Amino acid sequence: MGRDGDAPALSLHGIVKTYGPVRANDGVDLEVRWGEVHALLGENGAGKSTLMNVVYGLTRPDAGEIVFDGRPVTISGPTDAIRLGIGMVHQHFMLIPPLTVAENVILGHETARSGLMDLAEARAEVGDLARRHGLEVDPAARAQDLSVGLQQRVEILKALYRGARLLILDEPTSVLTPQEAERLFDVIRSLTAQGTAVIFITHKLGEVMAVADRITVMRRGQVVADTTPAESGPPDLARLMVGRPVLLRVDKKPARPGAALLRLEGLRVDDDRHQPAVDGVDLEVRAGEIVGLAGVEGNGQEELVEAIVGLRSPRSGRVVLGTQDVTRLGTRRTLHAGVSFIPADRHRMGAILELAVADNLVLSDYDRPPFARGILRRFQAVWEYALKAIKAFDIRTEGPAQPLGSLSGGNQQKLVVARELSTDPRVLVASQPTRGVDVGSIEFIHRQIVARRDQGLAVLLVSSELDEVLSLADRVAVIYRGRIVAVLEGDAVERERIGLMMAGAA
Amino acid sequence: MEAVGGLLTSRRFRDAVLLPVISLLCGFAVASIVVVLSGANPIDAFGSLFQGAFTNRHAVPETLIATIPYIFLGLGVAVGFRAGLFNIGAEGQFYLGAVFGVFVGFNLHGLPGIVHIPVAFLAGMFGGFLWASIPGVLKARFGAHEVITTIMLNYVAFLLTDYLINNKGPLADKHATAPKTPFIDPTAQLPLLLPGSRLHMGLILALLAVPLVWFLLARTTIGFRIRAVGLNASAARAAGISVGWTLVTVMGISGAMAGLAGADEVLGVSHFMPPSFSVGYGFDAIAVALLARSNPWAILPSAFLFGAMRSGAGFMQLVTGVSADLISIVQATVITFVAAPLLVRWIFRLREVPAAPVHIAEVGGLGAAATGSVAPTTLEETASS
Amino acid sequence: MSSGLLAVNLQQLFRQVDLLSLATLTIVTATPLTLAALGGVMCERSGVINIALEGIMLTTAFVGFVAALVTHNLAVGLLAALVSGMLIAALHAVLSIEFLVDQIVSGTVINILALGITGVFYRTFLQQQNVKGPGTLPVWRIPLLSDIPWAGPIFFRNQGVTYAMLVLVVVVHIILFNTVWGLRTRACGEHPLAADTAGINVKLVRYVNVIASGALGGLGGSYFSLQQIGNFLPGITGGRGFIALAAMIFGKWTPIGAFLASLLFAGADTVGVRLQYLGVRLPTQFLSMLPYVLTIVVVAGAMGRAIAPAAVGRPYRKA
Repeated sequence: MGRDGDAPALSLHGIVKTYGPVRANDGVDLEVRWGEVHALLGENGAGKSTLMNVVYGLTRPDAGEIVFDGRPVTISGPTDAIRLGIGMVHQHFMLIPPLTVAENVILGHETARSGLMDLAEARAEVGDLARRHGLEVDPAARAQDLSVGLQQRVEILKALYRGARLLILDEPTSVLTPQEAERLFDVIRSLTAQGTAVIFITHKLGEVMAVADRITVMRRGQVVADTTPAESGPPDLARLMVGRPVLLRVDKKPARPGAALLRLEGLRVDDDRHQPAVDGVDLEVRAGEIVGLAGVEGNGQEELVEAIVGLRSPRSGRVVLGTQDVTRLGTRRTLHAGVSFIPADRHRMGAILELAVADNLVLSDYDRPPFARGILRRFQAVWEYALKAIKAFDIRTEGPAQPLGSLSGGNQQKLVVARELSTDPRVLVASQPTRGVDVGSIEFIHRQIVARRDQGLAVLLVSSELDEVLSLADRVAVIYRGRIVAVLEGDAVERERIGLMMAGAA
Repeated sequence: MEAVGGLLTSRRFRDAVLLPVISLLCGFAVASIVVVLSGANPIDAFGSLFQGAFTNRHAVPETLIATIPYIFLGLGVAVGFRAGLFNIGAEGQFYLGAVFGVFVGFNLHGLPGIVHIPVAFLAGMFGGFLWASIPGVLKARFGAHEVITTIMLNYVAFLLTDYLINNKGPLADKHATAPKTPFIDPTAQLPLLLPGSRLHMGLILALLAVPLVWFLLARTTIGFRIRAVGLNASAARAAGISVGWTLVTVMGISGAMAGLAGADEVLGVSHFMPPSFSVGYGFDAIAVALLARSNPWAILPSAFLFGAMRSGAGFMQLVTGVSADLISIVQATVITFVAAPLLVRWIFRLREVPAAPVHIAEVGGLGAAATGSVAPTTLEETASS
Repeated sequence: MSSGLLAVNLQQLFRQVDLLSLATLTIVTATPLTLAALGGVMCERSGVINIALEGIMLTTAFVGFVAALVTHNLAVGLLAALVSGMLIAALHAVLSIEFLVDQIVSGTVINILALGITGVFYRTFLQQQNVKGPGTLPVWRIPLLSDIPWAGPIFFRNQGVTYAMLVLVVVVHIILFNTVWGLRTRACGEHPLAADTAGINVKLVRYVNVIASGALGGLGGSYFSLQQIGNFLPGITGGRGFIALAAMIFGKWTPIGAFLASLLFAGADTVGVRLQYLGVRLPTQFLSMLPYVLTIVVVAGAMGRAIAPAAVGRPYRKA
């Protein structure tokens, strides 16, 4: 199956890549052989995509060596990678929607004499290529008219057209139906039979077991295992992926839940591309409990959260707050009805960095008493409120007038939490509430949430950090592909089991 | 001494004072080059500009008269910038305001001045408001880019005015030889401030408008909403603010100010309306607002500067032969530098300076919080910092 | 007004209106609109908004005229117009691509600058001159073809710039949809990140397209001073640059669509003049408003948003 030469297709030695304080790749070694399907397994933020971006030249490593087919190389851009014979199919497709399949495939690699393209010839060529690899698709169809599975075929064709011998697939089945995924595996097998090396980035254990020859597991920027399906079964892999229990553990009393304050009934929500992201969700959050929604990012959590707070209209289903149907109420009314919302993206949706601390604290209530009388703002009231919140939430700042952008990430997030908890809500929807936040602030925020829970707050915690979910939640719901796979509590909450569910393998 | 040094290098000072001043100097520098290329002497040209604006007889009142519309228009455009809206339609709204104002001026009779004038002003504001609401609603409802729609409406406004006043149109004075509207009633004419000159009461109104707009932006809930939407519409929406309504409101206010300027010109200066009414006041106002970085108080010196240039340009043209259009060059350069902080940094190799604290009660944004990042310069960023 | 329009006998109207000369005039009037619109198409297809077409046309009309005047050579004038158009467009490109100035602001700056510079130089150099102008471009009758009834006089008895326009509509169409360059251009305007990943230099593509739009705008500007009146007057372009933008939008960012839209707008103009000449008392101003109102409708309708190049107006920064 391999080539005659001994050199592996790709060898990475000590790859380091940092983004600010985060070490996305922390001294990574990897070896991929020709004719092999090599799975790169790990959770969100493990560093898999970063590593492959390095290989494909979309980003330069801070340190480390890349050896391709036995020769050390420098890859400063996709052009270099393509020239070497490395192709990449991204998770988010890089197709030009209004262009045809043929045009998309040849883009950037057109062979044309005197500038005039022969589109008929291109179509024929692409058609041939497609048939040879079992990737049938109509070369004259426009990319935007194709199903997602077919679009992916075009992406693969793009790489093959450029003579890729090492093919990187980034979460390829995240957008495919099980049947389409099977077809993909067939294609992969046929490619490797011809000597092509395939790197397969995924968080799904079932696929890894089905198609991989070798598996590299990454966690927090490091390689934690280099194994094969024969040596490691799904439970082993799950354990490797999510690691040992975290050191941070919140001290909490058992929950004493009351009435259901938030009910989701048959919720169906579409994403920006009008594809179903939330596919029939029923969930209940009771007063005095924290329901943690565990899942890998991209399985519908964002759309679910947006639908609950009114930023996105569901296709069908209901969101009920207490006894009130708030499904179509709009953000403002939903917030005023007693829902508080910590958005996942603090910089884009959570707060306005150019405004002062105090202004951000009253972002939802700036026009209601006591912060305003009619259209006049009452700064004294805002100031005092801000001072109180700063003290209560230990926000490190020079004062209520400081622009929010100059606070640290942790303090910014504490402010958002302070804002949302201070309105005395009945329900809190918290999405990735401690992302990018220092350990001290994480602890603080967790304690605050638990304290409010004890006072009767119903909390829906959405987090891709399994540790966070496990340490905070009273009940754990697992979301996968827009559906709640299971709701567990008590002894049933087991790290590995949940890991498997998150990966669609249980 | 250190404190002064600290003040001079603080980002706030740099953004609020240094940058506009540098932009202005560069504007004059570029204009000087053009003057030289056209065979004249820049010192003569700018000297006569200064003379025409300040030292000639009646120069100062005339400069003040030219400043008045710039104040109103500048305020209107600035409010738009605060919300992230680029209102290039100020020119058309200016026209509509004049039309409505002059209509009330010569059509209502027998009203005492104290009633006639406010009604005429309100009519003018309404005209401008109406004209700006169209692009406002189209943007809020359909996402139609306000730049295209406002430019188009400018031309519609010119043509409409042409129809109304030219060729014995509905608003034309039937007895006049040249195309014009009838004169407004004396009761609609604005009283003079300085007898012997043309300086009219509109100045007082303009000077009052500045603190009013400041108050609106800095102290009211409406102002807060406007600024929030302009800085980060996504976060505003997630906090429950209705972005669509805010955009419509802002366009309305912006248009009302422009309409007020138009009515003011008719009621105070000309007392009638000719078919070709403006010399590009609406476009100049964009430069005025940018130079002032959308700060209402800074609009005053900015408007005065452009008023002086406008007023002195005629004399400069007369004496040196250099076309009055020269001031457009100053304007264009100023806009470029104000809108391209990267350009300024590149030319002057300015270093980054850490952010300075800001009081929430101040008009938002003098001294943006975030340290300089290489981000595409959006209007919001420029206008509100 | 209404009685005048409705009472006119339609047959009479047709005879008097002289459809042939109307059509000819429309093609000619549509020349600067189409050329500028073609420039807009190329530019925006690559992802850069260009509202500076008005300013470009004004400046190139001036430069072309002065060059022709000084050298007594119309061809030199045309060349000068082309080159100056490219230079101004290059300024727009540098400001918006390199220095990340908002593309609308950059375009507005150029428009204002154009008014200023042409105003100053016109006054200083041209106003008092009594020198004989360079004349206008001659009308070329294409042998044989110009004798075809109807099509002949309309298409084949024209001046140089109009011929150029007709040819360029086809050429730009071929470039955009049948060449490698056009493919890459469209990719950069729709999804620059994807284009970058495919190994295309997005910045370079945008630079070239913006400069090309300057050349087309330059040709459009030369229409006014070298073809139409053989002279230059301040503000001679009269907002046509913006109508050209409207034509581009109305034509759905395609060369042929832009041409047809320009014909529509130019037609409304010429018909309006003709009707007024006949004593039909429909205010011509309302006909003249047609292009602008139509554009607003197009931009407001879902059409405007859905069919513009998806990434137009947004600067592209590499990660």
